[in-house]
Amino acid sequence: MGIKLKNTIRLTLSYILLVIIAICCIYPAAWVILSSLRPGKSLYSKTFIPETFTISHYQELFTSKTFMFTTWYGNTLKIAVISMLIGTLLVLLTSYSVSRFRFKGRKNALSTILVLGMFPGFMSMIAIYILLNSLELLNTHMALIIVYAAGAPLGGTLIMKGFLDTIPRSLDEAAKIDGATNFAIFRKIILPLSKPMITYMALTLFVGPWVDFIFARLVLRTPENWTLAVGLWDLVNSQQNSNFTLFAAASVLIALPITILFVFLQRLLVDGMTAGASKG
Amino acid sequence: MRQHRTTAAVLSAICMGFGQLYNRQWIKGIILSLIGIAGLYFFITSIGGYLWGIITLGEKGNHFEMVDGMNKLVRGDHSIELMIEGLIVLLLLALYLIAYYANIKNAYNAGKQRDLGQKPNTFMKTLNYIFEVKFAQSFLTLPAIGILFFTIMPIIFMVMLAFTNYSAPNNTPPANLVDWVGFETFTSLVALKSWSHTFYGVLIWTLIWAVLATVTTYFGGMMVALLIQQKGIRFKGVWRVILIIPYAIPQLISLLVMRNLFNGQFGPINQYFKYFGLDGLPWLTDPFWAKVTVIVVNMWVGIPVSMLLIISVLTTIPKDLYEAAEVDGATGYRKFKIITLPMILFSTAPVLIAQFAGNINNFNAIFLLTNGNPVVGDYQYAGATDLLVTWLYKLTLDQERYNMASAVGIIIFLIIASFSIYNYRRSRSFKEEDMIQ
Repeated sequence: MGIKLKNTIRLTLSYILLVIIAICCIYPAAWVILSSLRPGKSLYSKTFIPETFTISHYQELFTSKTFMFTTWYGNTLKIAVISMLIGTLLVLLTSYSVSRFRFKGRKNALSTILVLGMFPGFMSMIAIYILLNSLELLNTHMALIIVYAAGAPLGGTLIMKGFLDTIPRSLDEAAKIDGATNFAIFRKIILPLSKPMITYMALTLFVGPWVDFIFARLVLRTPENWTLAVGLWDLVNSQQNSNFTLFAAASVLIALPITILFVFLQRLLVDGMTAGASKG
Repeated sequence: MRQHRTTAAVLSAICMGFGQLYNRQWIKGIILSLIGIAGLYFFITSIGGYLWGIITLGEKGNHFEMVDGMNKLVRGDHSIELMIEGLIVLLLLALYLIAYYANIKNAYNAGKQRDLGQKPNTFMKTLNYIFEVKFAQSFLTLPAIGILFFTIMPIIFMVMLAFTNYSAPNNTPPANLVDWVGFETFTSLVALKSWSHTFYGVLIWTLIWAVLATVTTYFGGMMVALLIQQKGIRFKGVWRVILIIPYAIPQLISLLVMRNLFNGQFGPINQYFKYFGLDGLPWLTDPFWAKVTVIVVNMWVGIPVSMLLIISVLTTIPKDLYEAAEVDGATGYRKFKIITLPMILFSTAPVLIAQFAGNINNFNAIFLLTNGNPVVGDYQYAGATDLLVTWLYKLTLDQERYNMASAVGIIIFLIIASFSIYNYRRSRSFKEEDMIQ
């Protein structure tokens, strides 16, 4: 009997703790969603659940002249998708090369990739800014895409390589005996087998441009070229939170796609995180 | 015996591609010759100017000159542009010299084949060689060029900046020139009272933050993971999805929302405090409480990741270990101490170190939440919660103290790089990578 009672107490306490933690997790999200539906502009609200609901803030997002939400959404989507595609391809190429081939300077190349990834990014911004300026790419989306895609192999190669190392090399060798070219092996064996990892890589490369407000703000000069993150940052900074409910509505719409992707792909995310470091 | 190899190598040394033409590799020869001649022309005509630029960083700033009897402002030398252009040209020169060397070697080898009575490779064979035998190197070329110009070049540039006096208000092109000053920036950073006080203060907080942020999220995550994975807890999947939400929301959004949530005047947190008859706390405006807030909010953001990670480790621990321990009469706590904890620590150690390094550079958590504030009076442009990396941001983009920022950047890099290289070199995936299969 004693054990059973102890068990019940343990479980009850656990459930209580879990409920408290769950509330802490959900509260900020719930609060911002409810705020986005509240009439008025202020941050202050007497009650957690607003007395009346309104969708006027969402309407304002799509009609406002200064907050060009739809344009920015389009811009962001374009930049994120293109740099994701190019970036993923580059990561695949580099990681396939370093995982499957042995050549002079390979270990050094790997260490270089690791080390280069650790410089604080802002410092390179001045140099990249001047470089883009002399290429006359400032205030273009092209510039952002080039920079995001060129940076992708630095962050992704080691993780991807860790995963590719776990695909048995005997598969490649068998295909090679059958006369397959390297490119065919890459396309028919490596690509299909690394689908989960590619999804993870693509997701992280998609989210990066989606939320980058530092570099994008430096490069994109005119509001009609901005991305969502730059626009949101500007809203927070220029209006000093005087229009909090609009900010809340924009936040909800910006966060929604990413949040849904993450929740659905959560298992992949763990695999991705551990692949580079601890596997093998 | 004719010495094709010597002739070909000498011709290639005179100009890229000539040796290949001599070896009757026409297409390759023509392509290489064109590249070679264009390169030679470019470097011979302009290298002097670029070298002058990078060595002197310009000789005249914006100045007035008499033009047609009138004083006119003439655009002077832009030191920073001269520096970057010089750097890019030097990198191009390095690439060109490597190509030149490869070209001579190639002509020599083809000539050797002819000496031995074989036919040198046709163009198709060369292509095949590039894509099959040298597959990896060819595939790596494109990403490597991207990394060279968008990562390595900026980093060299940044390191160079630390040795100049490029800094507001007295040395900002195009109005003024920038000069090389050697180690002066570093000495003032560690020795000049006003700078060193800020530097050491920010450095110490950065380290405290990195330790606290890593430890709290890691053990918090472990606790939550153990809670969910307990025997008898139902709807494990549902709990997991709920607890993953903070991780799924982009930090840009969640941290800006948190900033409002903890707003001292109108934020709901203080509102609840007042509801219970308590005074609100100055969450973001008092130096001490701001530090508490960033740690707490970082727990909210970081615990879910650790939780997912540790859950995935927990599922791999073999059940019979626990059964064996139970037979020996181990209690729940003891089982945790001798089985669970060591297993978790062992398999997540690399991630733990990576997280620590990541936290030293955790720009978002500080910048979006407090922006480094509250301001500390005797700091140089830094606040109480500023990390080295956010201080660096302010020095660069707000204050234009580029040389000081570069010096700080180099120091951050040294700290992080030593951790990460140690971490990576000792990981099994590096040491035994060829033994996995």
